[in-house]
Amino acid sequence: MRILIRSCSVIVSMFFRFAGHGVDERTLITVLGKSHPEKRKSFRKATPHFFKEDERSFERWDDHRIKLLKQEFMRFKNAVVLWAMHPWERDARLMKESLTEGPDSYNVLIEVACTRSSEELLGARRAYHSLFDHSIEEEVASHVHDPERKLLVALVSAYRYEGSNLKEDIAKSEAKILLNAIKSSEKKTQDEEVIRILATRSKPHLKAVYKDYQEISGSTLDEDLKCDLRLQETVQCLCTPERYFSQVLDLALRTDSDKSTKKALTRVIVTRADVDVKEIDEEFNKLYGVPLSKKIEDTANGNYKDFLLTLIAKGD
Amino acid sequence: MSTLRVPEPVPSVADDCEQLRKAFKGWGTNEKLIISILGHRNAAQRKLIMQTYAETYGEDLLKALDRELTNDFERLVVLWTLDPAERDAYLANEATKRWTSSNQVLMEIACTRSPQRLLLARQAYHARYKKSLEEDVAHHTTGDFRKLLVPLVSSYRYDGDEVNMTLAKAEAKILHEKISEKAYSHEDLIRILATRSKAQVNATLNHYKNEFGNDINKDLKTDPKDEFLAILRATVKCLTRPEKYFEKVLRLAINRQGTDEGALTRVVATRAEVNMKFISEEYQRRNSVPLDRAIVKDTTGDYEKMLLALIGHAEA
Repeated sequence: MRILIRSCSVIVSMFFRFAGHGVDERTLITVLGKSHPEKRKSFRKATPHFFKEDERSFERWDDHRIKLLKQEFMRFKNAVVLWAMHPWERDARLMKESLTEGPDSYNVLIEVACTRSSEELLGARRAYHSLFDHSIEEEVASHVHDPERKLLVALVSAYRYEGSNLKEDIAKSEAKILLNAIKSSEKKTQDEEVIRILATRSKPHLKAVYKDYQEISGSTLDEDLKCDLRLQETVQCLCTPERYFSQVLDLALRTDSDKSTKKALTRVIVTRADVDVKEIDEEFNKLYGVPLSKKIEDTANGNYKDFLLTLIAKGD
Repeated sequence: MSTLRVPEPVPSVADDCEQLRKAFKGWGTNEKLIISILGHRNAAQRKLIMQTYAETYGEDLLKALDRELTNDFERLVVLWTLDPAERDAYLANEATKRWTSSNQVLMEIACTRSPQRLLLARQAYHARYKKSLEEDVAHHTTGDFRKLLVPLVSSYRYDGDEVNMTLAKAEAKILHEKISEKAYSHEDLIRILATRSKAQVNATLNHYKNEFGNDINKDLKTDPKDEFLAILRATVKCLTRPEKYFEKVLRLAINRQGTDEGALTRVVATRAEVNMKFISEEYQRRNSVPLDRAIVKDTTGDYEKMLLALIGHAEA
């Protein structure tokens, strides 16, 4: 009986790690796979939050738990499918999903539009045409409502200059414009000049604006945009992407985060593995005192965990 | 359809370069020779000529043309010789500058080029001006014009023929509503014109006419002096009936006191290889006189001869 209870708790902790990410397939196979029918029955009886006593004398799965469990099993599959995709298709699908899911997922739109290179974003727009028979900007324009519409349409339509050529005096004056807009305007997300600067200027230029802003304001641009989430995300993605990704990953790796926050773990690792995952790892370590890979090692499970760690290590 | 006449068989690139070099040598320039070559080569051929000329003589052909030619003839030849994407980038950049600013030209380039061509123009703009087209347009326009032009130049429209009739009905209604409220720069109005595919816009405007009795441009003519309305009407025309738009530009350029060589040059140089034939036919239909005769009447010298060559006028 004691062995039985111990195995039950092993299964419960390993298998039903809804707090965790992914499923420990090995343990499932070795513990659950080998169990006898009576053992499983006792296990069902001993876990009332997973199995309920049905009026017709059998223990039935809680439907909600099955759904959650399914999500955990799917993490590995989702990561693999996303990883194998052409980056353009990947980004197009991420943007479509974000539009379908609604305002709570618009951060993904901003993330794709602002952290990809100009050519990558262009490719995503092409793929969007092929996959969905519409342009991304027409879908964003018709599905997103104010106050975010102007900003998001402008961001997905951008084709920024990628060279390092920039004019210092313009950067300084635009930092001032942003400072004024932040101080005065209520609806910053709709401010024409703010959108113009953030949506059309090149990234090197914006990094210079970020620096100049800090000098004249004392605080950083994204700090001052605390009450406007979309603008804050936009600035972070454009000017301090590694930091942005580290913060997203930190939230995604928390046990109590919701479904879409946790999905970010797969999204960020898969989309940055070939780009800057090493730098994100370092930034993560700086911010949270533990390397990203260690945090994933401790939090994720099974094949999903191994896959993510492999993607991170690729760059070595 | 193109009106360009290329001889068959076409002389070798080396021969062309040699002849051009001869045309520049000595006192004065052999304009006739220049017209007979450059005026009868398509974009791919001109590109090869430019490359080979530079390799053979160590000089940029465009610089040589700039040095040897003058006035309207020079502008026409230089604009014509340029690669179409670079030409559009050049014209767009000019249109953002103070003394040569032209909202109309920006709109014209954004709306009459295919999505792919507009993209190429934006790439050429990066390369040549070390900035993005949209950042310059945003920076140099204000108010309603900026609201319209930035989305227009940033668009990457879906280029398929698929049309959603339900959407067309709904959006025709929105357009009618906004126009009735005189909200001409309303976001929805601009979003429909700036992001939907050309096929979709066409379907929407057809439905507009069916449902509300008038062509949308008739309803947009409430104040003939309003410049914003004028550019909206021109946008609609460019998206749906570009030959008619260009015919009008030519008619106004030729009929006015003196001639608007700028407009005449621009239309002929940018459309000769695209749809000059339709524009020509439209011109004759609307003015009861063939385009070449109108040009002969209104222009002189080498400028006239080059224009005639580009519109496919057979030399006597």
